[in-house]
Amino acid sequence: MSQSPPQLAVQPRAPRGSLRRYIFSTDHKVIGVQYYLLGLFAVGVGVTLSLLMRLHLAWPQLAIPFLDKLSPMGAPGGVMTPEYYLSLLTLHGTLMIFFVLTTVPQGAFGNYFLPFQIGAREMAFPRLNMLSFWFTLLSLAVLLSTLFIGDGPPITGWTAYPPLSAVGSIAGPGEGMGQTLWLISISIFCVGSLLGALNFIVTTLDLRTRGMTLMRMPLTVWGWFVTGVLVLFAFAVLLAAAALLLLDRLGGTSFFVPANVVISGQLQPHAGGSPLLWEHLFWFFGHPEVYIAILPGMGLTSHLLSIFSRKPVFGYRAMVYSTLAIGLLGFMVWGHHMFVSGISPYTVMAFSTLSMAVAVPAAVETLNWLATLWGGSIRFTTALLFAIAFVSVFVTGGISGLFLAQPPLDLYLHDTYFVVAHFHLIMGVAALFGIFAGTYFWFPKVTGRMMNETLGRIHFWFTFIGAYCIFMPMHFLGLAGHLRRYSSLTDVHYLAPLIGWHVFMSIAALVTAAAQPVFFANLIWSFFRGASAPPNPWEATTLEWTVSSPPPWNNFPGKLPAVRRYPYEYGVANGERDYVMQDEPPPSPGTS
Amino acid sequence: MALAIALAVTVITLLFCGLLVWRHEWLPRPISTIAPAIDHQFAVSFIICGILFVLAQLALAYMVWRYRARHEARRVNPSRGNGALEEAWTLMAAAIFIGLAVTGYHTWARAHYTGAVPGALRIEVWGEQFQWDFHYPGPDGQFGPVHFKLMNDSTGNYLGLDPQLDPASRDDIVTPTLGVPVNRPVELILRSKDVIHSFFVPELRLKQDLVPGMEIPIYFTATRTGRYEIVCAQLCGLGHYKMRADLLVMTEPDFTAWLKKMAAEQ
Repeated sequence: MSQSPPQLAVQPRAPRGSLRRYIFSTDHKVIGVQYYLLGLFAVGVGVTLSLLMRLHLAWPQLAIPFLDKLSPMGAPGGVMTPEYYLSLLTLHGTLMIFFVLTTVPQGAFGNYFLPFQIGAREMAFPRLNMLSFWFTLLSLAVLLSTLFIGDGPPITGWTAYPPLSAVGSIAGPGEGMGQTLWLISISIFCVGSLLGALNFIVTTLDLRTRGMTLMRMPLTVWGWFVTGVLVLFAFAVLLAAAALLLLDRLGGTSFFVPANVVISGQLQPHAGGSPLLWEHLFWFFGHPEVYIAILPGMGLTSHLLSIFSRKPVFGYRAMVYSTLAIGLLGFMVWGHHMFVSGISPYTVMAFSTLSMAVAVPAAVETLNWLATLWGGSIRFTTALLFAIAFVSVFVTGGISGLFLAQPPLDLYLHDTYFVVAHFHLIMGVAALFGIFAGTYFWFPKVTGRMMNETLGRIHFWFTFIGAYCIFMPMHFLGLAGHLRRYSSLTDVHYLAPLIGWHVFMSIAALVTAAAQPVFFANLIWSFFRGASAPPNPWEATTLEWTVSSPPPWNNFPGKLPAVRRYPYEYGVANGERDYVMQDEPPPSPGTS
Repeated sequence: MALAIALAVTVITLLFCGLLVWRHEWLPRPISTIAPAIDHQFAVSFIICGILFVLAQLALAYMVWRYRARHEARRVNPSRGNGALEEAWTLMAAAIFIGLAVTGYHTWARAHYTGAVPGALRIEVWGEQFQWDFHYPGPDGQFGPVHFKLMNDSTGNYLGLDPQLDPASRDDIVTPTLGVPVNRPVELILRSKDVIHSFFVPELRLKQDLVPGMEIPIYFTATRTGRYEIVCAQLCGLGHYKMRADLLVMTEPDFTAWLKKMAAEQ
């Protein structure tokens, strides 16, 4: 397919051995697919854990078959103990946030398509890129090993607040080896992410092809680039925090544990630390992490709405500035996770105002999405359906954020199901919809085959309606004062009458999850049997669609493309077509 | 497909509004002086955010349906943006969001800036895995000092008081229930023995973490007698879900009698 090209930045041909070619590859395309498969595995495990939790919440006495095989201690006879519920909760959060929401939008799609979209043959540091993936895989293995050791995974949630997470097994099950392994896993993940971030930043800044100015970059690239910057600053701080907490646990230091902590009647040998220090460090990472999960999806949504409504993105510049503003403000709002933590009430005001300010660029993006659809000619592909669903859940999850950013309301809503609904919609569901949209959109380019649209629509409807059925009631439970991370509703009187809602949400979760095999089946079936994909099935303008599907080794046969225009030239008369490719030369004078 | 997704988005939006209005008292009945102000801020936010929510979702539904591709070719609107429009809506969004934040400042300041009024009833609230202890200073108005080494749940000396050594401890009262008089300002000093907990009484509209190593004061005035629940809002370990206690709001004479009874049980 590809002749030997004249200029090459990387190896002239693909390595011969399949081990070097598909496993220990430095090719950004292979690494992108590896990240995707890792994310697919993690989301499978993460969703399974959430289903186990949902079963337990709705039917607390239910014996879940096989669960006692996995953990005889955590689920004797298959009935989940309160501590095992918390273990699964920790693992669910960690898997989804780190190994799915951080990994797939950036590590998979970004790795695969950023070089294409800026006209490069490789990431800037291919070996670091490979290393970054293997660190992530190692980190995942360490995390999952907690399921099989000692008393199971830690029970502190993905936020791991000390002293609970700092003093060892005396604080509860999973707080011995489980918590230590969790911290080691997170540290390894941080290193992998930092290497990846360097690659994204340098590649975007240095490897753009001729004519690809910053303001000609597709909004997907802007999403990945800003995400790279956020990862660099946020994960560096998390790595430091995790190292300090490990030292508190293993090295006898007291960064996060104050004097006079008495656990189970035993005075702990610590003095001088502050639990709030961990909260600050954690949320300095944790809040940008929300944008790390969602910015690539926002970029992709802008991209898809333009392509499938056959219209230019409305307000491209405003979109770029909004992405940058979200990234910048994202580092100044971590304190809104700490309104009731005991920080100064004056500081709270500053964090509140800045948090409300983040809503401004988010609203600008939303209005621009609506304006992009306005006056278009919308083609309802599955990818577009998920992009529309993204806008809907982004609005819903964003507006609940306006409540939580107000301290007098957060005072009540903090740590209730309202928060659970908010972050699941804005970062979980929205980012997953972005992942689905990206999959249906780019599958033809990666595999050379189209996905089945009928199966795609079935998958879409179950997932879209299902997600709302799961998370809509949680807003109201939160208003009723229902706290999160409660393994059972039996001991607090005002919670007991709310069980009916849990039954409804659990059934919705089961139905939604039951529809996901349709997606997997579609992936596998289409990979082998799908209709063969032309180079540019969606009539899109960016550079990845100028090459064959699947793309050749070294991405661009022959010379690198030269970019001559803005990435969203749709709805123009260009011969038979209504779009102009980014590398198409300007029309000669006289043609319309 | 266009109609289906437009309908789906519309139905979801209406369901949201319907659920909110159907049981408009999702929040439990308020029982503190600050609660009506917080509920008012909730109401303002529901109205403003509700309008934004409905407008955005319905606009999405409308665009999707109205601009679906038809069989006959139609020229799309080739607009790449509109500077004036974009500036206008950016400013409008900023005004609405910051304005909404500002309307709530007063309530937050009232709840947190001033400190308790002099003469408020002072009670130490201690959290530990997985119970609450309430420490009343007794008639002398002095909290006896706690000795962390003496804390021992099995002997019932939860707070490590030493009446032999400390005269201030002799009249102290430690209870598993928080009793307060109605219509009298109360100051709680939140402390934790072990890990982070969070004090939450939905009816008081009051939530605050208890952080080991810190003494965090909060204050409230309850306005209605009755029995309410205190729950832990911050994940504190395996028994987090059952870390609860009762809040008893009593008339002044009932409170005095109750405290006397508790003192006799020490």
